[in-house]
Amino acid sequence: MSAPTATTTLLAVDDLRVEFATDHGWSTVVAGTSFSVGEREIVGLVGESGSGKTVTGLSVLGLLPRGVGRVASGSVTLGDRDLLGLSERELRSVRGNEVAMVFQEPMTSLNPAFRVGDQIAEAVRLHRGVSRRAARDRAVEVLDLVGIPHARRRADEYPHEFSGGMRQRAMIAMAVSCEPRLLIADEPTTALDVTIQAQVLELLAGMQQELGMSVLLVTHDLGVVAEVCERVVVMYAGQVVEQTDAVELFDHPRHPYTEGLLAAMPQLGSRGQRLSSIPGRTPEPWGMPQGCRFAPRCGYAVDACGEPPPLVTARSGHLSRCHRHDELTLRGAR
Amino acid sequence: MLGLLVRRLAFTIPMLVVVSFCVFSLIVLVPGDPAVSLAGENPDPEQIAAVRERLGLNDPFLLQFWHWFTGVLRGDLGQSLFSSQSVAGAVFARLPATLSLALLSLTVALVLGVAVGVLAAMRPGTWVDRVATFAASLGVAVPYFWVGMILVLLFAINLTIFPAVGYTPLHENPLQWFLHLFLPATALGLAPAAVIARQTRAGMTGVLREDYVRTATAKGLPPARVVGKHALKNAAIPVVTAFGLEASRLIGGTVVIEQLFALPGLGSLAYTSVFARDFPMVQGVLLVVAALVLLINLLVDLSYGYFNPRIRQS
Repeated sequence: MSAPTATTTLLAVDDLRVEFATDHGWSTVVAGTSFSVGEREIVGLVGESGSGKTVTGLSVLGLLPRGVGRVASGSVTLGDRDLLGLSERELRSVRGNEVAMVFQEPMTSLNPAFRVGDQIAEAVRLHRGVSRRAARDRAVEVLDLVGIPHARRRADEYPHEFSGGMRQRAMIAMAVSCEPRLLIADEPTTALDVTIQAQVLELLAGMQQELGMSVLLVTHDLGVVAEVCERVVVMYAGQVVEQTDAVELFDHPRHPYTEGLLAAMPQLGSRGQRLSSIPGRTPEPWGMPQGCRFAPRCGYAVDACGEPPPLVTARSGHLSRCHRHDELTLRGAR
Repeated sequence: MLGLLVRRLAFTIPMLVVVSFCVFSLIVLVPGDPAVSLAGENPDPEQIAAVRERLGLNDPFLLQFWHWFTGVLRGDLGQSLFSSQSVAGAVFARLPATLSLALLSLTVALVLGVAVGVLAAMRPGTWVDRVATFAASLGVAVPYFWVGMILVLLFAINLTIFPAVGYTPLHENPLQWFLHLFLPATALGLAPAAVIARQTRAGMTGVLREDYVRTATAKGLPPARVVGKHALKNAAIPVVTAFGLEASRLIGGTVVIEQLFALPGLGSLAYTSVFARDFPMVQGVLLVVAALVLLINLLVDLSYGYFNPRIRQS
């Protein structure tokens, strides 16, 4: 079902279904999501808050909050191993080692009670089984790699002595310290100043090049996607609604929701014009529309949209979950 | 860390002087005149006056305090009024039993309290949590001397696993030392354990939801390290605060527990000295106990610096 890729597939998420405990019982928040990330590829996973993109990212490493979220069905494959079938012990040897994560909030993602260098060295010691000294040297090395000046001295400092941008660099250093094959970055720039955002994105892309890893970039910001991603998976209300190359997506979106997202991006030279927004809001997991989940907010909705649309190939390498993907001419970003 | 130590010491030392003044002033407040009891059967006023003169009780109060205080600084706590024993000698002969009891009780309180609190926090809303919360409420509510009596009935009289009374010094026989102290330490440690369990549960419930706990899991750390290292260190400050407060109360509790289990500690020395109106002895015991409490609080304050690096630098 996933779009064909030029490279070998590293991560394959297939028909993933995730449920969360709500006041309405177990509600499906990710409904049959499929996509893949190739070796050395940067894939953007895009959607509004509540679209299920973060939950999808957490599911890959089995990090859903215990007792609150659970994977109901589907598979997550890394290389040739089914991650969902791993024991807790086997999963721990994947976490931070083969697959690492960077989170949204750099201010709270580092432990305030431990030195930054020690937090990085801890992961290195755990997965590499090296000596304390070697782990520490590696921590300093990666801090230097992510552009933290005076890395040896700063490794001895605590998170509160780091600025937000520096902390996110430190988180990235921690994530790449064991040279993972896949990095999942969940809104890594959202909490940062705009000037710092660009630096951190550049750093992520640079690390990806240098270490030859794959990146799954979870974001709500299509600007971020345009900057670094090769392929994009757009999620809406727990489903993949569109999936294609970044260039193709920006030029010829094949789903009205993507068109809405693109129109909502602020553009240079659009000063004085009202920013466009998508009317309405994401439906709650317990109140999903019967047919197309976007239909209630969609300006192009017709009677046929009362039936749930399948995710189909609209063009080669371009998937869309819209009944009208071939009749509509949607506006791209340019 | 050295800066923090100096700052806390600068606070603790004047505190110790104030405490010693309060301890000494107790003579004035407590009814009864030691000279009357010392002067023998049916003393006449001259005899009493002579004893008062010999004890320096006719000196102005501040002068009396000065004599005593300078003695304390030299390590001389005075003489017992009724035996020729030096107060310092008596106090230090009794100190090991009380210290053993206090340290063992505090260990019970800390280990049990933190373990129960952490388990409850890891599974909020489950039966583990409910049992722990109920046990903690019960532990806070039940008086420790009653717990002591029940423990003796169950484990010393019915089951005869532990001795009911008595004490063996640690250096003579560590096993007997432990067996003799187990019941009193448990009796004394249960209530503080309950308070610590509540604090731990409250603190850990919040901390376990923090982003850095998820980061630790995402690194691949096993749950024991995530909870026992990354979460616990952040939840520790309210726990050690409760620990410090409970430690002060617990040392007061040793008086009763030492009576109940016939332990030759400071508590029972204080008890007999108070009823004999042996004031130098009472003062000596109180001073050493107060110093102990201040020491525990100093250690608690210093531990804040360990648990929260920001305190170290401010």
